[in-house]
Amino acid sequence: MDILKFITAGSVDDGKSTLIGRLLYDSEAILADQLEALHASNRKNDDGSIDLAILTDGLKAEREQGITIDVAYKYFETDKRKFIIADAPGHIQYTRNMVTGASNAALSIILIDARKGVIEQTTRHSFLVSLLQIPKVVVAVNKMDMVDYSEEVFNNIVADFKKLAAKVNLDNVTYIPVSALKGDNIVYQSSNISWYSGDSLLQHLENVEITIDDSSTHARLPVQWVVRPQTDELHDYRGYAGRVSSGSFKVNDQVTILPSGFSTTISKIELYDKEPAEALAGMSVTVHLQDNIDISRGDIIVNSAGQPQLSNVIEADLCWMDTRPLDASLTYLVQHNTKTIRCKIQEVIYKVNINTLEKDYDDEFKLNDIGRIVIKTAEPLAFDPYQANKANGGAIIIDSRTNVTVGALMLRQSVE
Amino acid sequence: MSKYRLDYLDELEAEAIYILREVAGQFEKPALLFSGGKDSITLVYLALKAFRPGKFPFPLVHIDTGHNFEETITYRDDMIARIGEKLIVGHVQDSIDQGKVIEQKGKNASRNPLQTTTLLDTIAKHGFDACIGGARRDEEKARAKERIFSVRDEFGQWDPKRQRPELWDIYNGKIHKGENVRVFPISNWTELDVWNYIRRENIPLPTIYFAHQRDCITRNGQLMAASPFLNMDADDVIETKNVRFRTVGDMTCTAAVESYAFEIDDIIDEIASSKISERGARMDDKVSEAAMEDRKKGGYF
Repeated sequence: MDILKFITAGSVDDGKSTLIGRLLYDSEAILADQLEALHASNRKNDDGSIDLAILTDGLKAEREQGITIDVAYKYFETDKRKFIIADAPGHIQYTRNMVTGASNAALSIILIDARKGVIEQTTRHSFLVSLLQIPKVVVAVNKMDMVDYSEEVFNNIVADFKKLAAKVNLDNVTYIPVSALKGDNIVYQSSNISWYSGDSLLQHLENVEITIDDSSTHARLPVQWVVRPQTDELHDYRGYAGRVSSGSFKVNDQVTILPSGFSTTISKIELYDKEPAEALAGMSVTVHLQDNIDISRGDIIVNSAGQPQLSNVIEADLCWMDTRPLDASLTYLVQHNTKTIRCKIQEVIYKVNINTLEKDYDDEFKLNDIGRIVIKTAEPLAFDPYQANKANGGAIIIDSRTNVTVGALMLRQSVE
Repeated sequence: MSKYRLDYLDELEAEAIYILREVAGQFEKPALLFSGGKDSITLVYLALKAFRPGKFPFPLVHIDTGHNFEETITYRDDMIARIGEKLIVGHVQDSIDQGKVIEQKGKNASRNPLQTTTLLDTIAKHGFDACIGGARRDEEKARAKERIFSVRDEFGQWDPKRQRPELWDIYNGKIHKGENVRVFPISNWTELDVWNYIRRENIPLPTIYFAHQRDCITRNGQLMAASPFLNMDADDVIETKNVRFRTVGDMTCTAAVESYAFEIDDIIDEIASSKISERGARMDDKVSEAAMEDRKKGGYF
């Protein structure tokens, strides 16, 4: 059994919390004491039924304001799969939270209110899903009960969304008509929507295929820690510990250490008391190398036949996440894999109005702004374009005055 | 591209090991908070996988209320002897003797809330900049929103509104002097995941997790182990029951469940079909709907 991490993009008004609540409730992922608290709550729907949105409320402040402020993680499973939901807020002032939730998602559910169709926030959510390269997309057209389960309404929304998808480069989109409030097509196929013969939302989540890139040419292992017991019997033991971020490594593979550029071969792969022949993407391992090379945390081991770009002037997409605007005169820190070094934003090329997708040439980067920049780093980074390899193309910017994470970078290409 | 995907337990294990190694790489003086419960036992086991044949780059720290199940302390001392790592114990009794906290009175008296002071004093005394804990996001709704690297100010407080964005698997452990980071490597595990992992890896556990006979009293609708630490009066009736514990904490606030689950397979079956969530057996969360959020803001685990 595997795990599917997905994000729900939409706002309270679209019935996002109700949708998640319905998924949990109908798949019987709610336990007795939680159910008791749910029934005891005095928040009810107009028709007196339980307000399932309560299940996703987390913080006191959120309950008071009736909104989602932060990303909440929910867990449930069926016989086929385990699921982790990143429940992120949909309003524009929480764009950074959606970017955060989207960074680890393999699938995104974009919610559209059937009465409203494709609106400004749909554009915004679709743009972010594309920017963060979430591999699979489901468009859930919700509140179908409010439009008499009309096939025509649904078809028009699908047609509108296809135009938008072409504009923001989204493919792999699946469309499902649902009513979270009534439970239509969430867990069970709905008899109210007889013209739709596809999977319910949950059936789709259970069956959707998620692939990983395990080709050896994209093999990347950022070194986290050097294991050196320095005991009498393990005097010469030197293992490089880390998690394979993409691709796969085998014993005897020719590898290169970056940024130094030295090459050697893998002599052994360890996983505690086992010695697997192959280390695949996602595995935490310890590798041993044939030659004695000076390697420390921050270095990356890559397959010699498929090396990443190595550069200290890099074009990237940036999402700004701090209330203090970007200050181009400041030195920030950039954290890429296990390496943290100093950097400056050398140039703002443009910003994107994420509601209209128009470019904007005002170069002040404020909270939630997204655009294209050029970053200059104190040492070269060994990166892949985010579009081609998410795991080695994402980085964060840290304000060294506050130590807070202030930006998310999707690296694109070396600028020399 | 291939359809190959890691099995969920392998994926969760790899993620936890990755997080533990990030702590080792990013901090000067980390510690692993060990309670004797199954979650922190799992953490210790994951640390073996992350760092062996080397030593742990951190000591284990146990905050001891003095009101422990005897089985927990026996297990702790045996485990430390077996793995040969350093253990630091912070005693709530010391905080009481120093007048920093006052023992609660009355029937529901517990040392559980007093632990926060002892924990913060222990962190300050040893200058720990990161504390690894076994909390999971599925336990409770405030925890569902907490980061894997969760920054605490110099008063140990968590500010849910000022959490750092946490993207991909890049964890920002930069802090100012006096602050520290609580790190939760098994954030994404559920209770059942922990049990399935313990079964798969054959990890030994304290005996109180398995069904046994014990003298209990019923209080506020929950079964509590009769012990000298529990303030009892004439109304309390002691009955011998077949019970086990789903979490292991202070004896005064950890409720038992009636159970005939003598083996780990029985426990997994029981939990898989159970209708009460794990923290439902903790009286400390029942106080108010926002109980955990408030305690975390105050520096609790």
